[in-house]
Amino acid sequence: MTDTANRQASASTAEGELLELAVRVAGSAHDGEELEVYVSRGVETDVRAYEGEVESLSSAASAGVGIRVVVGGRQGFAYAGTLEESVIRQTLADARDNAGFATADEHVGLARPDGVPAPSLDLWDEDVLRTPSADKVEMALELERRARNADTRVRQVAFADYGDMAAEAAVASSRGITATARRTVSSVAVETIVGEDTDSQTGVGFSAARGPGDLDLDKAVADAVERSTRMLGAAKARSGRCVVVLDPRVTSTLLAVVSSALSGEAVTKGRSLFADRIGEQVAVPSLVLVDDPTDPRSFGASTHDAEGLACRRNVLIEHGILRGFVFDTTSGRRAGVASTASAVRGGYATTPVAGCRALLLAPGELGLTDILSDVGEALFVQSITGVHSGVNPVSGDFSVGAEGLMVRGGVLAEPVREVTIASTLQRMLQAVVHIGSDVEWLPGVAAGQTVAIDGMALSGS
Amino acid sequence: MSNAGSATGLLVETPVIERVLGKALQRGGDFAEVFVEDRHSTSAVLDDGRVEELSSGRDRGAGVRVVVGETTGYAHTADLSESGLLAAAEAAAAVARQGGGGRVVALERRDAVKRNEVAQLPEEVAKARKIELLVRADEAARASGNAISQVSASYGDGRRRIQVANSDGLLVGDDQVRTRFSVSCVAVGDTGMQTGYESSAFTVGFELFDTVDVGEIATTAARRALVKLTARPAPSGEVPLILESGSGGILFHEACGHGLEADHIAKDASVYVGQVGELVASPLVTLVDDGTIGPEWGSYAVDDEGNSAQRNVLIDNGVLTDYMWDYLRGRKEHRGSSGNGRRQNYRHLPMVRMTNTFLLNGDAEPDEILAQTPTGVYVAKLGGGQVNTTTGDFVFGTVEAYLIEDGRITEPLRDANLIGNGPEVLRRIDAVANDFAMGPGTCGKDGQSVPVGCGQPTLRITGVTIGGTAGD
Repeated sequence: MTDTANRQASASTAEGELLELAVRVAGSAHDGEELEVYVSRGVETDVRAYEGEVESLSSAASAGVGIRVVVGGRQGFAYAGTLEESVIRQTLADARDNAGFATADEHVGLARPDGVPAPSLDLWDEDVLRTPSADKVEMALELERRARNADTRVRQVAFADYGDMAAEAAVASSRGITATARRTVSSVAVETIVGEDTDSQTGVGFSAARGPGDLDLDKAVADAVERSTRMLGAAKARSGRCVVVLDPRVTSTLLAVVSSALSGEAVTKGRSLFADRIGEQVAVPSLVLVDDPTDPRSFGASTHDAEGLACRRNVLIEHGILRGFVFDTTSGRRAGVASTASAVRGGYATTPVAGCRALLLAPGELGLTDILSDVGEALFVQSITGVHSGVNPVSGDFSVGAEGLMVRGGVLAEPVREVTIASTLQRMLQAVVHIGSDVEWLPGVAAGQTVAIDGMALSGS
Repeated sequence: MSNAGSATGLLVETPVIERVLGKALQRGGDFAEVFVEDRHSTSAVLDDGRVEELSSGRDRGAGVRVVVGETTGYAHTADLSESGLLAAAEAAAAVARQGGGGRVVALERRDAVKRNEVAQLPEEVAKARKIELLVRADEAARASGNAISQVSASYGDGRRRIQVANSDGLLVGDDQVRTRFSVSCVAVGDTGMQTGYESSAFTVGFELFDTVDVGEIATTAARRALVKLTARPAPSGEVPLILESGSGGILFHEACGHGLEADHIAKDASVYVGQVGELVASPLVTLVDDGTIGPEWGSYAVDDEGNSAQRNVLIDNGVLTDYMWDYLRGRKEHRGSSGNGRRQNYRHLPMVRMTNTFLLNGDAEPDEILAQTPTGVYVAKLGGGQVNTTTGDFVFGTVEAYLIEDGRITEPLRDANLIGNGPEVLRRIDAVANDFAMGPGTCGKDGQSVPVGCGQPTLRITGVTIGGTAGD
């Protein structure tokens, strides 16, 4: 397996091969036609350990192409999960045919080179490809072993996983765009089920890095065990209004939801609670929100966006005032502004759309302990559920399931489960009382830190 | 039945498959499987008054699985040539260490029992007709009220041909055609913006639109957004709840469906471990998972391990009768699969998944249930949900809900999440009506999404916690 993975990987790193292919296909644009070719290729390994054995080991290499054709403001798209020449030709023909069915829109068009130099980022750890499968398997087994032995109350390790991926993409267009981006990610994740009598609780811990050498298994295990054991004996809390203190992971999840309302796509189509509010005080003055994919510490870091423009730092909220949105080329034209190089895409099978990659709230002065001590009485929320059904970035309505611990006298107290916390995003941004100094760089589009918000409605018994 | 699996040519020829299975077991192993998939899809989106894009795609590939004791090796490839498949087999076989060849039984081709006929393959329908549906939906939504400020309509079809062969001699194929349509709307009023959504999705071809009116889908979505412009905040705390028929099958999907998946059971990660034969719900609850119901969104002829879809009674008059099983979990318990082994596509290992999961009819009249509920919340439509199978705690969001006062539906409520504990909520069902209906959904588990159906008649739960903000 290692041999297969390495062979495929070394082929994929052959310099410029993907870009060459993209440029060649983009070069076949007809007169009066804009043509963009996005090609990507990746390898990944996933290992799951259970009760001292390898439960599963998957290795995979995949590749695909996505082609956009714009003729007279009409866009057509087609994709295929292969890089075979004959299929690419057919895909191009499909994209051309599809373009004929779109409504002409003067704003629709491909990115043009804008002269911004790409940041120099090292997002690639060759160890993802060099490390033998046997070592990755051993890491998952070791993770499971440590989790099982970490605490006498651990009844099961629901999963103990090692996973990695190395992905490369190239984009070229008839507008003169040529760009490549590549990155690796390696991670371990573990879920412990702990119990006392008839009570069972779960907790997930993980560690993620660019390569396997930087993973911290003990931290992943300690996180899972702490998060599960401290929930033992949890009960509903009484309904009422309270301060909530969000764990960094929860903050990161919420920022990801807020980010969809900061997308130029949502804003220009009247589908954002921030539409028409540029220059307004939308949050407390201490809140600064930046999307910065040029910061290599972020897992969303990238040299180029999905349309091949150099990534750059975009300030969205400054001292509580809404300063800007993120745009791709089309949504930018619709708004009358340039792209902020914020086109993202979910792989070769989807078209680019404006979105955030690397959000960060400017850190404050205090860490968790000081924040708890300052707020005194609160609900500390370690995880939330129902985010997709309960947070509406258009209306701002916010209602999610929560579990965590009560904060009493400034310290963590008894565990709480099966409650909801509710408000509106608009009100929450104006009711932030602390933004922690304890930034955690998490997989996804946002980093997170401890954040305290006042005036949340807690529903319980 | 021009496109039935049995009548379709194989994606990969039998002798090639046999050699690939042989390669997969060359280093030993108990079981090997080749899963081949060829998928075509089309989607079209109209947004902001314009047809934004028509997209078509093709994904084709195969996954090879080798099971050795408790260990599974898996590798996939987009290369369906014999050499591509053999390379995947070799990679998957790396988990086998003992040497010596495993045994492959000669493949015997089986015909899948098709559950419904596809009258009109979407790929044979002119693209212009698909676009026409979008335009009609946009017009209908905008005609619903001046407050409708934005409309997005989405059409999608997919044809998924699969072929599964394994070392036990199984060789079977299926040809799954699915078609969907959805509309989402934004309405603007003095209180800000509100959203509404409605969809229709079935395991059928383009004939879906012979019976489903896209204008109706659009006006339903628009109505949901409009009605919430005057909505008051949902209550906060525990309330009696009525779920309208077909509005909230997701409740059962989350409250107990996931907890009855045998992979969670095997790892003690479910509140339903060891509960077979026990009363786990109100005696009014009979819950079924059934992948054989012709056109429903979660139906298929065979699952992604080649086993025929089945009707499985999970809870019978409140008593837990069985879990749902895939090949691997069934084998461990020396029993067969229940036809619930599914995967998103060839890049993934199969696991235990639901098909169409629903609560059977009771004998109450829906109007009577409402009349006999002095106060509470009436849910006309639920959104998504999520569950922790170990604790049984789950949430699901309302997207259309009303206050119940004096046994009547009164004011609309803003969206909120409901939270409860599976076994507790199942015991609190005290009325089930006779007006069963189903709807489509997408179920996510461990990073894989599959189409599922959910359904229930109108029913009442004596108490569920609703997470509103009322009291401001």
